[in-house]
Amino acid sequence: MSATASTAQPSLFAKLWYDKNNRSIVVQILATIVLIWFFGSMVLNAVINLEAQGRGFSFAFLEQPASYDINQHLIPYSSRSSHLQAMWVGIINTLLVAVAGIILSTILGFTLGVLRLSKNWLVNKLAYVYIEYVRNVPVLLHILLIHGIIVHSLPRTKEAWNLLSDTAFISNRGLFMPSPEFLPMFKFVLAAFIGAIVFAWLFRRFARSLQARTGTQLPVFWVSVLAIIGLPVIAFIATGHPINWEYPTLKGFNFQGGAVIRPEFLALWLALSLYTAAFIAENVRAGILAIDHGQTEASMALGLPRNRTLNLVVIPQALRVIVPPLSSQYLNLAKNSSLAIAIGYMDVTATIGGISLNQTGRAMECMILVMAIYLIISLTISGIMNYYNKRIALVER
Amino acid sequence: MEEMIPKKQYAPGEHPEMPPPFKTKGAGLWLQQNLFSSPTNIVLSILAIYFLYKMLPGLLEWSLLDAAFTGSDRNECRAKAGGACWAFISERLPLFTYGFYPAEERWRVDLSFLFLVISAVALLWEKCPLRKPLMVFAVFFPFIAAFLLLGGNGVKLMVVLACTAVVLLLLYRGFSSAFMMVLALVVAVLAKYAFFGGIGVPFTDIHATQLVDLNQFTQLNLKTVSTDLFGGFMLTLIIGVTGIAFSLPLGVLLALGRQSNLPIIKYSCVVFIEFIRGVPLITLLFVASTMLSFFLPPGTTFNLLVRVLIMVTLFASAYMAEVVRGGLQALPKGQTEAADALGLKYGPAMRLIVLPQALKISIPSIVNTFIGLYKDSVLVIVIGLLDPLGIGRASLSSTEWNGLTNEVYLFVALFFFVSCYGMSRYSLYLENKLHTGHKR
Repeated sequence: MSATASTAQPSLFAKLWYDKNNRSIVVQILATIVLIWFFGSMVLNAVINLEAQGRGFSFAFLEQPASYDINQHLIPYSSRSSHLQAMWVGIINTLLVAVAGIILSTILGFTLGVLRLSKNWLVNKLAYVYIEYVRNVPVLLHILLIHGIIVHSLPRTKEAWNLLSDTAFISNRGLFMPSPEFLPMFKFVLAAFIGAIVFAWLFRRFARSLQARTGTQLPVFWVSVLAIIGLPVIAFIATGHPINWEYPTLKGFNFQGGAVIRPEFLALWLALSLYTAAFIAENVRAGILAIDHGQTEASMALGLPRNRTLNLVVIPQALRVIVPPLSSQYLNLAKNSSLAIAIGYMDVTATIGGISLNQTGRAMECMILVMAIYLIISLTISGIMNYYNKRIALVER
Repeated sequence: MEEMIPKKQYAPGEHPEMPPPFKTKGAGLWLQQNLFSSPTNIVLSILAIYFLYKMLPGLLEWSLLDAAFTGSDRNECRAKAGGACWAFISERLPLFTYGFYPAEERWRVDLSFLFLVISAVALLWEKCPLRKPLMVFAVFFPFIAAFLLLGGNGVKLMVVLACTAVVLLLLYRGFSSAFMMVLALVVAVLAKYAFFGGIGVPFTDIHATQLVDLNQFTQLNLKTVSTDLFGGFMLTLIIGVTGIAFSLPLGVLLALGRQSNLPIIKYSCVVFIEFIRGVPLITLLFVASTMLSFFLPPGTTFNLLVRVLIMVTLFASAYMAEVVRGGLQALPKGQTEAADALGLKYGPAMRLIVLPQALKISIPSIVNTFIGLYKDSVLVIVIGLLDPLGIGRASLSSTEWNGLTNEVYLFVALFFFVSCYGMSRYSLYLENKLHTGHKR
């Protein structure tokens, strides 16, 4: 026993600071105090400031009539509807452009990623130039540029491009298409479609068990495609074309009837998809390059043909590398859709976070709603992608 | 048996060079191998050539061959040429560069830019001559640039520079980190006192009026310029450089916090990071422009530019934290354990062993985050700051240049392309330079 250890009485500070466990508790208590002080004073200030302006914190304004128009609404909406209804219209518009963008950007991104790996020099370099240009320019510029091209370079309504002999028109007011009206008999077509999907699923199960038992391979893909396309078509013809098309016609200054894709949606959708596709392409390229060449060689040595090598060996392994960055690209796309405000597409930022905010002056409530909505969308996307990632992840012992 | 053809005998090393085997070089072979090696390739090449044939001539004609580079308004351009009207850009170039910064004070912006280039070269280029002194200069650069751009009293700048120098010297002597933090706080309070007067928590009570009238007693005074006049590429650079400079250290702290064993520290970092990453930047900018004043003590106001800078920095730091976390996770646990075994405390272990390796792994992603932050700076137009895009859109509404949207957008796009592409090239160079392992 050393003399100093027995005589030196550690001070309180030393007890709290030089002991690892005590220190961690002290640090956490201090951090909690700072956090409570910080947020507490923020909330306190907010209460004082709101009271000084003579209004509390309340969401009652959501019931008041919004009194502004939204040109694209998939649920009933008029200028007499409430701010709440406007918010729902905005949410649906955001989701619409986000989902459409995710689908298109995935298709484009995978295509570009594969082209970037092509042995064809010209195609390879074209993909490189495209990806580098798009990635290095802000997405807002892409949105504005594409919107500008649609609005300024496409013909006016009177000279609209006529597609497929008077069924669809493209002008600077958007893409006008015939809209379907479903007759009662259409439910048989729908039933045939669902039946075909069930059939394809069962057939796949059967084919798998057959392959497991006997080794015989059935053409699952082609049978499924044939069933899913063929059965509804047969039902459609058998029930006597149960769809009435309503065609757009030029009346006065604009087209009447039919369905329309507006230039704002078109510009936002294309710009977000083209922009995100460039990033996805790089992820796809990195993912495919990450797979050791030995894998391909081993699979060739086993006698697998090239397409099976890709489908069964390379792509499943590459997906493990691709999916995590892919999900953050999807998140970015969903968040970038808020730039809709720059071209007047009425998404959730432009409705509740834009016009409603300016009309009611309730900045705090509106911004909290908008942020909460984006947080929910982001968490949902990352939840889905995490689930998918777990499914394809390497299962180790 | 085949009859042996007698060959001329050569002494070893005397054999003349033979022609290459048939078809191993030449343009024709290159074309065949790279463009027409298989039916798919032939189809792809033909499609690509057709695409180029359709796009390139029109693009070239519009942007260069049939474009007007001089002229005083839109109609003059149209009379001269059918393509782009670049005269607009060249006439408005000062506006695009400086925003509404007073014309007679623009040398200050130029000088700051020159200093920025010098600091950047010193920091980025390893073989730069006089690198050591220039790096010290780079540390002082933010203060000098802020003084140059904002103007005000030169004596106060000297105070701030002296304080920074003392901190640097002490840091160099290796004082403990707790002591340094206290010292940094003292310096921040002093700096705040020097710039804005009054002792208080730094940067919480800056009044817009205080930014204007600081001209007092010395010859070193510069005319003060309000931040409302900032704009154009200058604004983009201010936002980009500030964000880059502050988001990396903040991101590292957040990443370390997220890895921490202390639950309260860990979860506050997680909540902060996930919240910031879950919402779009423009909602945060809206918060900065409309809501932030609610959360401050009554009567306080913040300069809008400062608010935007803080928001952009916080936004980028959350992304940076995730990038750095990736690097930290990629590091084998043996490294931390080795540091523990050597008896290093948490701070030195992180500073000397973990972070250098983790940051090296994450360089490409860090630069990508920088590029993202730099590109995101255009979003400030939604709250009314005049970055190049904002300047362009404002200029478009003038009568003489109405409707030249494509020219404006392409010009701004070119600016961003050049700077971001440069950054990504530099990251590639750095990646190769720091690659210490075996490269296949």
